Amino acid sequence: MKEVIHTPVPYIEEEEYHINMGPQHPSTHGVLRLVVTLQGEIVKKLKPHCGYIHRGIEKMCEKDTYPQIIHLTDRMDYLSAHINNHAVCLLVENALQVEVPERVKYIRTIIDELTRIQSHQLWWACYGMDLGGLTCFFYGLRDREKILDIFEQSFGSRLLHSYYAPGGLMMDIHPDFQKNVKAFIKYFRKKIKDYDRILTGNVIMQERTRGIGILTRDNAISYAVTGPSGRASGFSCDVRKHYPYACYDKVDFKEILYTEGDTLHRYFARMEEMRESMKIIEQLIDNIPAGDYSAKMKAVLKLPAGEYYQRVETARGELGVYCISDGNKTPFRMKFRSPNFSNLGVLDSISRDTKIADLVAIGASLDFVIPDIDR
Amino acid sequence: MDNESIKERVQALVPEAQLEENKQFITFVIPAEKMHDLALSLKYNEDLAFDYLFCLTGVDTVKHLVVVYHLASTKHGHSLVLKAQTTDRENPAFDTICDIWKSGEFYEREVFDMFGIRFNNHPDLRRIFLDENWKGFPFRKDYVDEVNIVEL
Amino acid sequence: MAFSIYDFTSFNQAIDKALYNALPPVWALIVEMTIIGLVFLLFYALVGLFLVYAERKVCAFMQNRVGPNRVGPYGIFQTIADFIKLLMKELITIKNSDKLLFNLAPFIVIIASFMAIAAIPFGKGLHAIDFDIGILYVIAVSSLGVVGILLAGWSSNNKYSLIGAMRSGAQIVSYELSVGLSLLTIIILAGTMQFSQIVEGQATGWFIFKGHIPAFIAFVMFLIASTAETNRGPFDLAEAESELTAGFHTEYSGIKFAFFFLAEYMNMFIVASIAATVFLGGWMPFHVGGWSGFNHIMDFIPPFIWYLGKTAFVIFLMMWFKWTFPRLRIDQLLNLEWKYLLPINLVNILVMAFIVLMGWHF
Repeated sequence: MKEVIHTPVPYIEEEEYHINMGPQHPSTHGVLRLVVTLQGEIVKKLKPHCGYIHRGIEKMCEKDTYPQIIHLTDRMDYLSAHINNHAVCLLVENALQVEVPERVKYIRTIIDELTRIQSHQLWWACYGMDLGGLTCFFYGLRDREKILDIFEQSFGSRLLHSYYAPGGLMMDIHPDFQKNVKAFIKYFRKKIKDYDRILTGNVIMQERTRGIGILTRDNAISYAVTGPSGRASGFSCDVRKHYPYACYDKVDFKEILYTEGDTLHRYFARMEEMRESMKIIEQLIDNIPAGDYSAKMKAVLKLPAGEYYQRVETARGELGVYCISDGNKTPFRMKFRSPNFSNLGVLDSISRDTKIADLVAIGASLDFVIPDIDR
Repeated sequence: MDNESIKERVQALVPEAQLEENKQFITFVIPAEKMHDLALSLKYNEDLAFDYLFCLTGVDTVKHLVVVYHLASTKHGHSLVLKAQTTDRENPAFDTICDIWKSGEFYEREVFDMFGIRFNNHPDLRRIFLDENWKGFPFRKDYVDEVNIVEL
Repeated sequence: MAFSIYDFTSFNQAIDKALYNALPPVWALIVEMTIIGLVFLLFYALVGLFLVYAERKVCAFMQNRVGPNRVGPYGIFQTIADFIKLLMKELITIKNSDKLLFNLAPFIVIIASFMAIAAIPFGKGLHAIDFDIGILYVIAVSSLGVVGILLAGWSSNNKYSLIGAMRSGAQIVSYELSVGLSLLTIIILAGTMQFSQIVEGQATGWFIFKGHIPAFIAFVMFLIASTAETNRGPFDLAEAESELTAGFHTEYSGIKFAFFFLAEYMNMFIVASIAATVFLGGWMPFHVGGWSGFNHIMDFIPPFIWYLGKTAFVIFLMMWFKWTFPRLRIDQLLNLEWKYLLPINLVNILVMAFIVLMGWHF
């Protein structure tokens, strides 16, 4: 193959004061590198450089069977590991037209929402830390630990679970699962008030983030910013509402929408989402029907030739899985439309003409998970 | 707007467009050079209003290099998939759509990085994940890397 | 007075006399200075070690943690272990840095904090120098540290350091005003700038109670402004670790970093001592008018304990809001000073002057 000739566009002009935030920087939450052009303290331009943790997951998928792919999706957005698994499972089930048992749907919905809560807890912890309030970090992690304990009890791992399998679950939930989840909800309803007391009501935090990094609704749609970040701008993009999967059509919950679109309202959106998630869990936890934890599946899964697109709502936005199958046991092409990758695109335009401290706050409010950007 | 009228509208805008049957979304295969004009009318026509490009994928079907655009309208709630393809593997070039949907800027850089498809008029077409000095385009089916990719 | 049992004046004078009798005056002076220097060096190291430990324990307490608990009982030797670690670390020389200024900066910072401690009275007769312009001297000397911070930021040849240093410069120049003005309020009330006389003036009641509301406002102002001056949270913009990694001391390692670290804690100790001395009566015991029995018991607690207790209280306040507040932004920081603290302070001085003029204070 002849090499395609391209001339790299110069991305740093001479005589500009630019600093490299990352790949090792406390507030980029991973190996993201931002080349920031500064004028004094004011950000004039910003170029994200990704790829430091690029593992070619999409390429690896072309060599792996569908049950194997589930284990790779854990490693993308590791804070929404279950929800990523869910996307691939739904894709396979819809393609094979397998009807999963009701019990599985209930359990998956509950665990997805627990995942969302623990992801938002970690986000809250880091958000506080990025604004300089270190105590938030410990509060957030303390409560996240409770959810991880529930996860560990039921399926033996704390971060990368691979608990969902095509057709159902790997194993049944622990007998104490319901009791522990209910205890957690009771505990966290109390603790989330502490969150409000220490950070939400703080005048320094509110003044630092109000009116900073405003993302308009049109821009949110055009940049495809989904998840709480998009909804804070008034972009109604909750996959759980618009394209319900699992049990989301059975439960009553609110899609959190704000119109302001600034950093503070992205914060509010996530805080409210934690409360909505607790509401969803409360509606389901007592009604898990008895039954099998998995549908009968063939030993080797071969998707019929064709194209499939499946989306789910992760803690950060819409995760789309686009799969082209040629009828083999491995996909012909697998594409993950990851929410963080789209959200990263908007960082430059909303952080221009803000201070360098605001850039950190905006980055925290967009809640990046770098492996999900790079895949 | 229902699916039938979307099909009619797209066919009216691009007569060469081929409808693919039995798909999850309405899917059209269109010639690459028509994509930009079609995109403009898809976004700015009031009754179509495809303002949300939520996925842009490069595919190497061995015969073709394809770029798949997943579009949706947040106003009307309908979706559409467009496939622009080319047989030119040496120097494939499409028109960029990142002036219409801004999310395209990063998506197109990814496709350029992995498939070597160039996008004309793109403001900042560089490799996004791989090193600037990387040789070849790994997501093409004819890409060989004996060191890093283990064949099973 | 009852607390004269803890008076160190005669003790000091006896030593002084004995030295001058035994040695020629020049040598006597040198020996005295050496003794004082050694005492302060020891005190400095002890306070530094204790404050680092205290900060870690207080911060752990705020954050639902245990804090250091491995080295020694309750982890009390943790700071010593850390200090040994810092001593043994390699001193990294930065390429293309201004070597002289780079090495000089930590010393300027630490000398500035060392000088300020000389004027602070720890008990009756327990101070190195009793200037008649003690407060002015302390304000002047403690703000010298910013020179070191600016040099450190500039000579590191690192952009984060430079931004941190510039922030620190803007911050200290602004907040120096509020520190000065809030102390000026008390100087008006006390009628002197000499520390010993300020403390004596509080024998009948601490200035924070004596001076009505203006004195209390001045105390709050001083607390805010001095926290900002020592670069501590929520005003730690110069080293804001989530923005500038470590600000002005990003490139420092080993003992040079330890100097910055120690100087930060000593500065905190110094401003807390000033607050304790000027507003809370220094080493003066707590007295309530008319309760002679109670006052008598209070007098038996040594002044040094009183002084340290009050200082510890102020330090705890400063740690408390460091660990609960998020950090300010640079423009908000300057707004707070120039638009709020400075006008309030100016009005406060007027009110205080009026009160003193009319003799309304206690």
